[in-house]
Amino acid sequence: MAQHTRKGAQFQAVTANRLADGVVVYLTADNGWSESLQHTEVAEGKEAGEALLARGQQFFEPGNLVLDVYLFEVEKTDNGIRASSVRETIRQAGPTVRRDLGKQAELAGVHE
Amino acid sequence: MYRYDEFDHRLVTERVEQFRGQVARRLSGELSEDEFKPLRLMNGVYLQLHAYMLRIAVPYGTLSSRQLHKLADIARKYDKGYGHFTTRQNLQLNWPALKDIPALLDELASVEMHCIQTSGNCIRNVTSDHYACAASDEVEDPRIISEIIRQWSTFHPEFSFLPRKFKIAVCATKNDRAAIKVHDIGIQILKNAAGEIGYEVWVGGGLGRTPIIGKKIGDFIRREDLLAYLEATLRVYNMQGRRDNAYKARIKILVHEIGTEEMKRLVEEEFAAVKARGALQLPDAEVERIKAYFAAPAFETLPDAMPELDAAIAREPAFADWVRANVTAHRVPGYAIVNVSLKPIGKPPGDATSDQMDAVADIAEKYAFSEIRVAHEQNLCLAHVRKKDLYAVWQALSAADLATANVGLITDQIACPGLDYCNLANARSISVAERISERFADLKLQHEIGRLHINTSGCINACGHHHVGHIGILGVDKKGVEYYQVTIGGAADETAAVGDIVGPAFTEAEIVDAVDTIVKTYLDIRKDGEIFLDTYRRVGVQPFKEKLYAAH
Repeated sequence: MAQHTRKGAQFQAVTANRLADGVVVYLTADNGWSESLQHTEVAEGKEAGEALLARGQQFFEPGNLVLDVYLFEVEKTDNGIRASSVRETIRQAGPTVRRDLGKQAELAGVHE
Repeated sequence: MYRYDEFDHRLVTERVEQFRGQVARRLSGELSEDEFKPLRLMNGVYLQLHAYMLRIAVPYGTLSSRQLHKLADIARKYDKGYGHFTTRQNLQLNWPALKDIPALLDELASVEMHCIQTSGNCIRNVTSDHYACAASDEVEDPRIISEIIRQWSTFHPEFSFLPRKFKIAVCATKNDRAAIKVHDIGIQILKNAAGEIGYEVWVGGGLGRTPIIGKKIGDFIRREDLLAYLEATLRVYNMQGRRDNAYKARIKILVHEIGTEEMKRLVEEEFAAVKARGALQLPDAEVERIKAYFAAPAFETLPDAMPELDAAIAREPAFADWVRANVTAHRVPGYAIVNVSLKPIGKPPGDATSDQMDAVADIAEKYAFSEIRVAHEQNLCLAHVRKKDLYAVWQALSAADLATANVGLITDQIACPGLDYCNLANARSISVAERISERFADLKLQHEIGRLHINTSGCINACGHHHVGHIGILGVDKKGVEYYQVTIGGAADETAAVGDIVGPAFTEAEIVDAVDTIVKTYLDIRKDGEIFLDTYRRVGVQPFKEKLYAAH
């Protein structure tokens, strides 16, 4: 799988796609999967990131809830957690086109 | 149109049942993702950024009104009420849930449709000319041989696990609207001096990370031998193509590495062996049987001159604009070919809502023998419309927001889904196409610019055909930020060429201005009667480079 974080990233979170419908989800502190990036657990530093990923991967096969589990870089801002890359911002808030539909309409502020 | 026989029906319904079981086992955890992934891909199911994506096959781009209504229903019921027509003449749904896909496939099967041959390392859905049966210089309806190839290649046991995917395109006119020279195999239908039909075979064309124009290896393959010749070519590729490196596994790399002459020799050798066995000779009776499905509709005898049409054109400028750009000559007097643009200004290229699909299906039912074509340029086409109905067709299309008068012009762009949807993409394509479309929205300016194709891909895989755009745009990722590399001088038609890179990539903020600079440079230096491609071929890349990078 392609790399979606970077060496030296300060803050990271774990994401995946839900098996039944492919929807983007984030690993939460209570080992659940939330559709909102704002509910994700953020790990600080390399070791905490790796531990978080290992936790997320437990759900890959046995739990059978999600697939394509990986770490990605985030930033903590006054307005909440933001993904660092364009790719992860689009996964979080939907396509930047057809803004009248789906989560790109619900999370309209993210792409501004 | 072709209608399923009992074998087609059984094949598709059995496949849906198999997949239903596979999905159930995946959802219960009985199958792992590693086990399931090749199975879902064989049924056209991908996992993209936000959801699963389902790629529905539209063989050689021909649909009936009934089928298009069903696609509209499915997009409404299982998706978000729209679909995306692709450069492979297919339809992609961006949001279906895995758990719903077996039911969705049942519905598709009810109108003789499926997702077979839309993914995996097999012979993919055959593509062809969207003007089939309507173009004046057509040798034979290209869908006849396309359908025969479809039947031969579907679940072909020897060719289901090729080194990589394999795409075949068929064209039957001098003007190539099927881009045959950038396919693994391109077939040009010809007629010899004796009036016999035969096939010129081009091999090893392709885009992706290594764009190559195909090489001719067969000059005139006789009709009864075509399948034997294709089988020989596929067998040589299957045996000799590389399996150690996915990036070097397409037939174009094999042809490039061993040379055209050696490829031709190997194919001829295998062809002789296949013929000696005699099993693959195509019987005339079978060709005639398939041909009957593609018989031309019952055209009326009509005058070609149509004073009421001329009057409408004189009366209504918007109608005149639409006729000028979107309507083209038909081989039968009194008829015309109508191109339905799926490129509204500032909107995603190739998208159609369920309501729009229903509208086109209704219009086709009323005015175009219930038949719709998908063009590889991501537009739709009504191949046979009476000239006297053009005004009514335009009004009906206008009511559905489908009368954008820009076919072949600068805002009629090709764009892949890009980073807005695609898991492989590095950068967005659609939003770039939308902004270019807005920049050149003025129709007067579009006509002044003339024929100009801009193709955008969001990654090196080139689903947006950027290498063969007159202007090509390739999105790249630099540390999580989007950049765009520009090529000019590409062409996908009978003069197929791969574009030249102009220089360093542009940022997302710069790319539309860069395209604008290229267009302005062309307008400044073109000679009378030249389109962009003519000017580029006369002057080369240098004048464009100088303007683009003058300020850097």
